[in-house]
Amino acid sequence: MFLEIKDLSVKIENKNILKGLNLNINKGEVHAIMGPNGSGKSTLANVLAGKEDYEILNGKINFKDNDLFDLNIEERAQEGLFLAFQYPVEIPGVNITPFLHSAINSKRKRMNEEEIDNLSFAKLLKSKASDLGINIDMLKRSVNTGFSGGEKKRYEILQMSILNPELAILDETDSGLDIDALKIVTDGVNKLKTKNNSFLIITHYQKLLDYIKPDYVHVMVNGSVVKSGGSEIAAEIEKDGFQKFL
Amino acid sequence: MNSETLNTLDSYSKNKYKYGFVTEIDEEKPKKGLNEDIIKFISSKKNEPDWMLEWRLKAFSKWKKMKEPKWANLNFPEIDYQDIYYYSAPKGFDKKPKDLSEVDPKLIETYNKLGIPLEEQKVLAGVAVDVVFDSVSVATTYKGELEKLGIIFCSIGEAIQKHPDLIKKYLGSVIPAGDHSFSALNSAVFTDGSFVYIPEGIKCPMELSTYFRINAENTGQFERTLIIADKGSYVSYLEGCTAPKRDDNQLHAANVELIALEDAEIKYSTVQNWYPGDEDGKGGIYNFVTKRGLCAGKNSKISWTQVETGSAITWKYPSCILKGDNSIGEFYSVAITNNFQQADTGTKMTHIGKNTKSKIISKGISLGKSQNTYRGEVSFLRKAEKARNYTQCDSLLVGNQCGAHTVPYIDSKNNTAVIEHEASTSKINEDQLYYCRQRGLSHEEAVSLIVNGFCKQVLQELPMEFAVEAQKLVSISLEGSVG
Repeated sequence: MFLEIKDLSVKIENKNILKGLNLNINKGEVHAIMGPNGSGKSTLANVLAGKEDYEILNGKINFKDNDLFDLNIEERAQEGLFLAFQYPVEIPGVNITPFLHSAINSKRKRMNEEEIDNLSFAKLLKSKASDLGINIDMLKRSVNTGFSGGEKKRYEILQMSILNPELAILDETDSGLDIDALKIVTDGVNKLKTKNNSFLIITHYQKLLDYIKPDYVHVMVNGSVVKSGGSEIAAEIEKDGFQKFL
Repeated sequence: MNSETLNTLDSYSKNKYKYGFVTEIDEEKPKKGLNEDIIKFISSKKNEPDWMLEWRLKAFSKWKKMKEPKWANLNFPEIDYQDIYYYSAPKGFDKKPKDLSEVDPKLIETYNKLGIPLEEQKVLAGVAVDVVFDSVSVATTYKGELEKLGIIFCSIGEAIQKHPDLIKKYLGSVIPAGDHSFSALNSAVFTDGSFVYIPEGIKCPMELSTYFRINAENTGQFERTLIIADKGSYVSYLEGCTAPKRDDNQLHAANVELIALEDAEIKYSTVQNWYPGDEDGKGGIYNFVTKRGLCAGKNSKISWTQVETGSAITWKYPSCILKGDNSIGEFYSVAITNNFQQADTGTKMTHIGKNTKSKIISKGISLGKSQNTYRGEVSFLRKAEKARNYTQCDSLLVGNQCGAHTVPYIDSKNNTAVIEHEASTSKINEDQLYYCRQRGLSHEEAVSLIVNGFCKQVLQELPMEFAVEAQKLVSISLEGSVG
């Protein structure tokens, strides 16, 4: 099993958020998690990425035959776990090129691969950016600084395509995007999809799933998965809302 | 603040100071203490003319009547001026060596260890260096090449003998000996430093640089630097400094004077990395520095850039007197304090001429239990028509036991002045760290990246040859285990 979440319970500041959550993802699969606000979707994404504000009460997560809790944030990233943030943070004065260059090299180092040099990296970044319709001028600016909501999301997808993760978690990447931006972002995801990587797509609306076809859809309510199935569930939710799952 | 951040911070505070070694060399030192005899001794060691000795003695009599300025946000025990050596030189330095073959190999090795090779062919291409070891200048590179252009770059001691007219005219013209007690002290006992004169219309083709090293124990270093840019000339100058690790505090009281005549420009950069003391606040340099530039002529420009990472105490306000019409003063500063370091630094911009402009960009970063203060004074005199100032002060706090303070004074006697002031204080942001680490950067790399980003506006003002070094220095100042 590529990713196996078993009976996961998590709390933050005395509030139980995840309550006995189970989820299995195999290589090459696309999973979507849908659920109303406050159901714990973003918490799941952050617990997978390793954010330290949470207290793990119970459960296990296996990722590529590792106990995920043995790895810190950067080790998980270097092992191929990528989180596209719902609200990417601004880092003034830090240019994307050296930032991503260090990121990709720290990953290569862990994998015992040769580091990529400046020139080859600059070329790679440029070509990936033009694939995603990102203006070269945007690469000269500081990370996320002064970007619009749509620009930030595209920028996340650019980073994802450079780092080429094995497990990509998209946390409400569709929120705040107009149709054009949504198309660019989802095209980027579709291009990246192979037999060897997996996606966990967290979304509130069904719209995103018109563009990315999930193999499985899970409904998450009140900290656990209440229903799993194929893309027909998404259509159900589009029609009737989450009411019947509550 | 989560536990991992605290751990990283803890490792930062065990900061390694790479330049803390001592050179074992026989030094010549007269007795400790400050009196007329020691001033006469220094003056005679330097073979100075009588007028110079008189100038020193006059400054000393002023000093005796003065008290240290106490308005800064600094805490330190009373300095015992009688418990300090005022002169220390490697033996056999009565005459400055003619070339490197006459220099003690131990000294050459010291500079190699510091990354400042003295052989010209090994020096950074395009950078001429004067190196000062305790009280004497050891060597000045590329002197010959510069002389062909009429540029004078030598130690101040040599200038006093060879260029008395320039010294008499300009020394003390921007910082009068009686300005305050540290300027009086420096004027009385200064030992070495650099002298630069750029003739009319000449753009100095290389970076000029002085490297100061304090080696001897219980010794004060009192450097004196004077830079004159004649009409239409340009020079970029950089100073660097380090000192060994010692448990006692050592006094460094420098005076730097800059004079820019009509259409001239001086760019002065400092990378200050004196020993900051250990993690318990023991030892370190007391750095009381007076730096002042005079934009004497029309359209002249003086720009100060400083990266202050060292010293137990930093008291330093590189300033500009904007006398010539349309003259420009700039101050770019990064000050990083860690452990028990205290920095009270900033600038003074005095607008006298019409259409004068000044710009202040200050970035303070506080870690550990340190205190970091920006203190600035911008004043517009009556005749400063249409003068402008822009000030931006940003403070970054790392951890929750340090302090950042901003004390700006503005005084305008001309109502056409335009003054803009922006200030911000922020904590290092956990979300930024999380974001960087999610991309695979280590916690330390992430902090260093964020802090370097915070300082970028200032670091990019440094001469290119040093910008990379400065970035590394910023990282090292934050770093603990690595390095």
